[in-house]
Amino acid sequence: MIKSLADLEKAASEGARNIHPPYLKVMVGAATCGIASGANEVIAAAEESIKLIGNGAVVTRTGCIGMCYEEPLLDILKPGWPRLTYSHVKPEQVAGILEAVKDGKVIKEGLLGKIEEIEDITRNTRNTRYRFPLEKVPQEVAEAEHLFKLPFTDKQQHLAMRNCGIIDPESIEEYIARGGYFGLYEVLTEMEPDEVIDMVDKAGLRGRGGGGFGTGRKWRYCKQTEGYRYVICNADEGDPGAYMDRSLLESDPHSVIEGMLIGAYALESQQGYVYVRAEYPLAMQRLQKAIDDAYAHGLLGEVIFGTEFSFNLRIVKGGGAFVCGESTALMASIEGKPGEPRAKYVHTVEKGLWNQPTVLNNVETWANVPLIINKGADWFASIGTEGSKGTKIFSLVGNVERAGLVEVPMGITLKEIIYDIGGGIPGGKRFKAIQTGGPSGGCIPESLLDLEVDFDTLWEAGSMMGSGGMIVMDEETCMVDVAKFFIEFLKDESCGKCVSCREGLSQMHEILRRITEGEGQESDLDLLEELGKVMQDSSLCALGSSAPNPVLSTLRFFRDEYLAHIREKRCPAAVCTALIHYEINENCTGCTLCAKNCPVHAIAGKVKKLHVIDQDKCIKCGVCQDVCKFDAVTRNTRNTRNTHSSEKPS
Amino acid sequence: MSHVEWQGQAKFTIDGKEVVGYKGETILEVARREGINIPTLCYHEALEPYAVCRLCLVEVTVGKRTRLVTSCIYEVAPGIEVKTSTERVTRNRKAVLELLLARAPDAPVIRKLAAEYGIEKSRYPLIKNDNCILCGLCVRACREIVGADAIGFIDRGTERRVGPPIERQSERCIGCGTCVYICPTAAISLKDVSKSMPGVHKHPYDYEAPECSICGEMNLESESKAGER
Repeated sequence: MIKSLADLEKAASEGARNIHPPYLKVMVGAATCGIASGANEVIAAAEESIKLIGNGAVVTRTGCIGMCYEEPLLDILKPGWPRLTYSHVKPEQVAGILEAVKDGKVIKEGLLGKIEEIEDITRNTRNTRYRFPLEKVPQEVAEAEHLFKLPFTDKQQHLAMRNCGIIDPESIEEYIARGGYFGLYEVLTEMEPDEVIDMVDKAGLRGRGGGGFGTGRKWRYCKQTEGYRYVICNADEGDPGAYMDRSLLESDPHSVIEGMLIGAYALESQQGYVYVRAEYPLAMQRLQKAIDDAYAHGLLGEVIFGTEFSFNLRIVKGGGAFVCGESTALMASIEGKPGEPRAKYVHTVEKGLWNQPTVLNNVETWANVPLIINKGADWFASIGTEGSKGTKIFSLVGNVERAGLVEVPMGITLKEIIYDIGGGIPGGKRFKAIQTGGPSGGCIPESLLDLEVDFDTLWEAGSMMGSGGMIVMDEETCMVDVAKFFIEFLKDESCGKCVSCREGLSQMHEILRRITEGEGQESDLDLLEELGKVMQDSSLCALGSSAPNPVLSTLRFFRDEYLAHIREKRCPAAVCTALIHYEINENCTGCTLCAKNCPVHAIAGKVKKLHVIDQDKCIKCGVCQDVCKFDAVTRNTRNTRNTHSSEKPS
Repeated sequence: MSHVEWQGQAKFTIDGKEVVGYKGETILEVARREGINIPTLCYHEALEPYAVCRLCLVEVTVGKRTRLVTSCIYEVAPGIEVKTSTERVTRNRKAVLELLLARAPDAPVIRKLAAEYGIEKSRYPLIKNDNCILCGLCVRACREIVGADAIGFIDRGTERRVGPPIERQSERCIGCGTCVYICPTAAISLKDVSKSMPGVHKHPYDYEAPECSICGEMNLESESKAGER
């Protein structure tokens, strides 16, 4: 049980010993991204090999440090050495790496970098760093790159992700060793609830879930309403390609719990909920473990730190509806009602869960709160831009060399994120657009890459911060098809309650389908714009009012692509199947591979003779192009059949 | 968010006319009392407002801020300025009607409203010819008035529809016909209900028409015989 500062310090020193033990520690990144790349097999191999080393050597799990493109990651923490990180580790390599380490040697193959110091975010320290004590470091290690100076990491600043990939997410002691729960102690013993609100307000923290509303302001509005106040963490992260909240819960769940405890104290709330989407089993499991541990240590429950403050927290598992990320739908879902938004002119801070004043913040927002207490509001406000303080985690995915989680100070340019951190577009292809803000965000073109990213600049560019998804698209992406994809997603995920959103999305999808199949008319573009504006204006909730963004932003920046589909019946990126056709050119050696693999037998030709595709039979699946070893199959942007038929006299 | 506390009467204007509302009243309620027409499809004074048909949109100015709100749920406050037929209001109403016309082109109430707003034909393709516009009046009446909760919404998004829970015949339906009566587009018909109960609320057993549990008079069987005559 942790009842006093002395107890907390005792737990911290125990945790510190686990983070940097006096014996060899092997650590494997085992968040969902790591496990998907084979982390569990690497752990099994490491556990097998570690037996041979003995001397107390251990294998532990850690979360995601953000370098998802390098997974599985294996770290070596040997006393006297800096931390070493190996990337793309295969189970069969593990024994070799560990044997070498045992003998004081280092295998260079796969060695990604070393960490000699990490940011110390414990209470009341200012920008100090923890240095690994070094002695007898082998030459290979001395020469290794610094992990935090790689192109991917150099411009990043891990605040919300401060413990990700550093600690064992299932160890409360390791979280405490990194300054965890000291902020809570300070708040409970030295601060008045309203002082906490002032501090969060002064720090300039804005909601990381997408709205960007001032967190301190939100808390103050809630505090003004009398009632049984609730605090909720929104972990119903559902944007395609976005997984920062999942990663935080899997890598550092206590930061969210502590943030909620601090918020609850400020709001004089006794009950909190974390609404986690059902598709995140590992996040839920680790968060549950963290909650159980916090209860066991007296950090949740009654009379926390011996004060009068009591707080209970529990997980509510979502049912799989995207719309439950919307605040009123989420609260309806917690209440056991269908997860549908309700129109609100009385905000949820006044009448939220069970009609009581409720503060709902996103995972990342909560994770930032303890840091503000530890390091001070001024420190936090010194990072970022005029209107947007601190950092933001983006999940950088799509056609980008280095995909992963990227935590950067607000105000960094898109160009820096895509090219410096992300390493640009693979395969020497051209950049076309970056989609930010999830399905209801917008697509930003090359001309705006110098945009300094924060809440307000993204709004002005017709997109939004959203929860922080960033999907990079190269020249082979059709923007009409992208718009259709997101509208289809939203059409399925809309609750269907209000006319504007339900019928609007149906019609928008139908018009886009028409255009991608070469049946569009120029008047369709005006209709799309008109409909989009009406949906923005008249929908019941934010899902509906932001749903037209993918269409409106692509119409604004990529109108010529729409026109090519309509006027020339041509898909410039050669994506829309109705507007492309495959042909076999003179590179064909007559190997018959394409003909054998064609599922509809549309390819004819004799052995060692040029093959021909029967366009009437072809279903444009692209298998012929995939299997051809001689680059003889080309995908062409014009559908010859469609062009002919449109030339017929009417 | 930061409401000014007030009690008793609120003096405000609708289309320039000075009106009085009481605490908890909505713009729509005051407007109807004052004889100011605001169209609605999902509103019924006996039911909780639902705010989904988006026809009752009006513009409200509070201080310097003007926005489009749903008048069936927006509660009045002193000094607000309400405008019921600005260009923005009309544009949105027309758009909503045009969307509804592409869903339920045969429903007289939709055609009539659309015609009032100058729409003869929707520019949108007919996606689903379904008289049901999902206004939820039947569902709410069944829950709030009858207390049977025999029907509800199924699925979501464009697949949303009305039916008994898990689309099985609901034993909770008492065959009162309230849903039929309240439906603005005649998407539920009395004939369906009375013959074999195949409508939205089927029964698993041979139906013996009971008396209506509310009025004690309506007898579906005799009603159906009357209909056949």
